[in-house]
Formats: sequence, structure tokens, C-alpha cells
Amino acid sequence: MRWLLLLLPFIGLLWLPFYNQTEPSFLGFPFFYWYQFAWVPVTCLLIFVVYRGIRR
Amino acid sequence: MSGINPTALAVFVFFFLLVTVLGFVAARWKAGDLSVLNEWGLAGRRFGTVITWFLIGGDFYTAYTVIAVPALVYAVGAYGFFALPYTIIVYPIVFATMPRLWAVCHRHNFITPADFVHGRYGSHWLALAVAVTGILATMPYIALQLVGMQVVIQAMGFGQDGGAFLKDLPLIIAFVILALYTYTSGLRAPAMIAFVKDVMIYVAVIAAVVVIPIHLGGYGAMFEAADKAFQAKGGATGIILKPEQLVPFATLALGSALAAFMYPHTTTGVLSSASGDVVRRNAMFLPLYTILLGLVALMGYMAIAVGVQAPSPSLTVPMLFQAIFPDWFVGFAFAAIVISALVPAAIMSIAAANLVTRNIWKPYVNRDITPQGEATLAKIVSLVVKLGALAFILFLPTQYAIDLQLLGGVWIVQTFPAIVFGLFAPLGRWVRPTGLLGGWVVGMAIGTGIAFSQGLKPVHALAFGGHTYTVYIGLTALVLNIVVAVVASAVAIAMNADRPHDITNPSDYGATAPADSPELAR
Repeated sequence: MRWLLLLLPFIGLLWLPFYNQTEPSFLGFPFFYWYQFAWVPVTCLLIFVVYRGIRR
Repeated sequence: MSGINPTALAVFVFFFLLVTVLGFVAARWKAGDLSVLNEWGLAGRRFGTVITWFLIGGDFYTAYTVIAVPALVYAVGAYGFFALPYTIIVYPIVFATMPRLWAVCHRHNFITPADFVHGRYGSHWLALAVAVTGILATMPYIALQLVGMQVVIQAMGFGQDGGAFLKDLPLIIAFVILALYTYTSGLRAPAMIAFVKDVMIYVAVIAAVVVIPIHLGGYGAMFEAADKAFQAKGGATGIILKPEQLVPFATLALGSALAAFMYPHTTTGVLSSASGDVVRRNAMFLPLYTILLGLVALMGYMAIAVGVQAPSPSLTVPMLFQAIFPDWFVGFAFAAIVISALVPAAIMSIAAANLVTRNIWKPYVNRDITPQGEATLAKIVSLVVKLGALAFILFLPTQYAIDLQLLGGVWIVQTFPAIVFGLFAPLGRWVRPTGLLGGWVVGMAIGTGIAFSQGLKPVHALAFGGHTYTVYIGLTALVLNIVVAVVASAVAIAMNADRPHDITNPSDYGATAPADSPELAR
């Protein structure tokens, strides 16, 4: 079931209505940009969770 | 861009010589018998987590990326950022598929993905289809690395008054040197150079994203300047997507992510690692490069805000560096870009050479070739491939390479069903070799046909449920490919025909190989 976590980046990044907007901006970055950047560590973390699950 | 700057040139030449020495020294690194293909072409499958991280990072995020992504952002804005979702969602795919590919290839000493397809289905034809697609997709990719180098050499001021020969001379010298150390050291050369390349690229990009916004008054001001510039151009594109850009953005990201690790050079990076666990950890840590790529993409906006007037978009990044940085750092950054071309070009030529040797020469020309014969042949093929790419760039218009690379993306994703379905027993049950081959034929034909009908643009209009969407061609062709493969296979299964000759066992795909123990993997 943990493997389903790996679907989250696809949903979060391929459904554009979630993030195709300028507000709220963060450190001068429009939402469209910092949202995409934020998915990088989130994806690392999700992969880590699945990885730990299969190492047990 | 008037004349050659001596400081920039000196720094540039210094770093180029440094990696040249490394390229030849690499032959002795993690010493192995370079006269066999497993050692020359996969470096003996001994690379641990850190080396693999640099190698795949150096291989996947190429010089052409550093030039082309900001150029696209400079020209069209937010749309160019599809590279970011693409290089994020690719890693869950890598995590789920590539450790299994590694395990089965390690177990059976498969060197290429086409070797695996042959072992899994027992079909020469399907393996040939996968190998030929890989070679066709890789060749223009190598040529594009040369384009990346050419852009930098042009920006340095070569050949402004010396004619075409002087303009091309540095490129020829660089590529001949690259060809020689790839020949002698095999995959070890780009692996070792990848360290230098990645550190240099990180330094250059971080300097840019720290220093340039200070010039501009912060990122907010940069985005505002870009926004104004796009509105002044008529507002067809902007710093967020227009409604009609949403579907092409998402389908380009998804299609590119499915294609990325079907390319022979990325698979070569995966297969050269020491264990399935190394591959898993890399899927976890490689997204760090995606942050870098995002910052690289932002350079397109920085160039707009700084007021760079690039005569062609590909000069965006070189001109941005020249506008902001002192000469010595321009030389450093340009060397970083050129070295970023050398690493993937070397790996791509090795990957193509492995395919020619294992999947064309061995089954169709000389079945009894020895491992030593394979290595010798692969070395020669790697030379031929690189010289071919060089000739292509010197004698044909650059646009051909760009068009062919686009087609290469559409083509390579057509090997996804043949390679990936077989990795998973539940998916593999649905397909038979001839069905997969039929799907591949349809995907290749339709993908190529649509691409030409669109004048070699990556997207096409697709009417669906009363609406018309603009969709990435590779994805449309892949869907048709899968439908044909599954339907044709269902017919074959019903008739109990076309059974695969599978030499692999379900246990070959797991993480149970001895090299997977934590001690060895580290």
C-alpha cells in the first residue's frame, strides 16, 4: 500500500489547476514556481518512506 | 562578443586539460580487465551510491539542457518549466522499475535493455526493435551535445574573423580527445569526469542565482520584469500558463518522464551500479539535481530582466554570464558547460556501442564473438558514432539535429511497453512478444507520421469528447502502442500462440542478489 504514495507527485504536478497561479507568492517566487520546487523534497521523502518499507 | 578574451580562454583551457587527464587516468580506476565489454561498457558494475549519483546526474542533465531549457524559458516563459515536473515524476518511475531491471540484468549478465528483452521474451525481432530505437534516439542526442559546445565556443568569440574552419576547430579538437579517452577508458572516463562536471555546474549555477538577483533587486523584480516583457510581446505566453498550454505542459512532462530511462545512456548509468539498492537510493537523491535544473531554467528570466538581447535563444545563458560575471568566471562557467557536454556524449556513445555490439552484431553477424571481441568492436563503434555525430553537426544544419532529437523522444518512449511490462509478472502476463512488436510498429509509425504532419512540433491537436486538446505526440503514440500490444497479445493468448521463451525467473527481479548486501552496496 505504501507504493501508492508514489502516485502523489503525478497528481500534484500533472493537475495544473492546483498550481497555475501567481498567488500566494513566496520570497518573490510566484506560486507556480515555488510549488514545483517544493515537490522536489516532498518526492524525495515519499520515495524514502517506500524505500524504508521494503528494507524491513 | 568582440574577439577572444584571453583570461576567459585561459581558465577554459585549464579545466578542459584537467578533465582530459582525468579521462585517460580513469582507465586505472577501480581496475578491471578493460578488454571485456562488461568492464569497458559497464565499468564492471561496481559503482556505489555516490559515483552513480554523479554519473546519472552528469548523464541526464546535459549541456544541451543547460542551454536549451533557459532558452525556452527566455522565449516562451512558464511553458519551458515543464522540465521541472518531468524531472520530479521521473524518479518514482525509476524507483519502481529500474532496481528490477538492474537485478535481472545482473543475474543474467545482460549489458543492454535489448539483451533483457531478448532474455525475457526470446524474440530476436523485439530485441532488435528495442536496440535500433535506442540507437536512433541516441545519435541526435549526441549531436545536440555538440550543439551545446558549439554555442559556448561561438560565445567565446572563436571564428569571428577566421572563417568557418577556425570556428569549428576547437569543437573538432575537443571531440577527438573525448573519443580517444572514451576508447581507452570506457565508462570509467565519464564517471570520473562527472565529479568535476557536476561540481563546476553547481558552482556556476549557484553563483548565478545568488549574484544576478542582487543586480536585479530580488526575485520578485525578476519575475515582474519577465512578466512585463511577455506582455509587451503580445501576451501569447507568460510567467504562468495560458489555459491552452495546460494539457501540452502536463503531457510533455509525463511523456518525457516515461521516456527518460528508456534511453540507452540512462540505462547504462543504472546498470553500471553495484546493486539494486544503489539504484533505489539514487532515485531518492537524484531529485536534488532537479533543484539545480529549476535554477538553470530561471536563468531564462534572469536574462530577460538583465536585458540580454540574444540573437538566437540558445545564446541566452552564455550572454547572461558575459553580461554579469568577470572574465575568469565566464571562462569557468563556459568550461562547465562544455564538460557537461562531454560526459553525456561519452556515455551515449558507449551505450550505442553496447547496443550495436550485443544486439546487432552478435545475433546477426557473428554469433560466436568472444567477450574480448565484443569490447574491441564496441570501442570502434563508439569512435564511429562520435565521428558520425561530429560530421552531422559540421555538415548539416543544426535544426536537423534538433528535429531528430525531438523524433528520438517520440521513438524511445515506444520501447516502454517492451522493457517495462516484462519487469512485472502481473503486467507481463498480458503481453506476448509479437503483440509488443506490433504495438511498437504502430507507435513508431503513428508517432513519426503525426510529428511530420505537425511540421516537427512536439505536440498535436487531439479531439476527445467534444473538446480539442493539444497533446504530446509521444504520449498519443504510446497509448496506441499499448492498446495494439495488449489487444494483439490477447488474441495470441486466446489462441495459445506466440508464447514467450522466458529464460528469467520471477526471483531474478528481486533485491536478493548477493551484491545487494548492505556492506557491498556502500
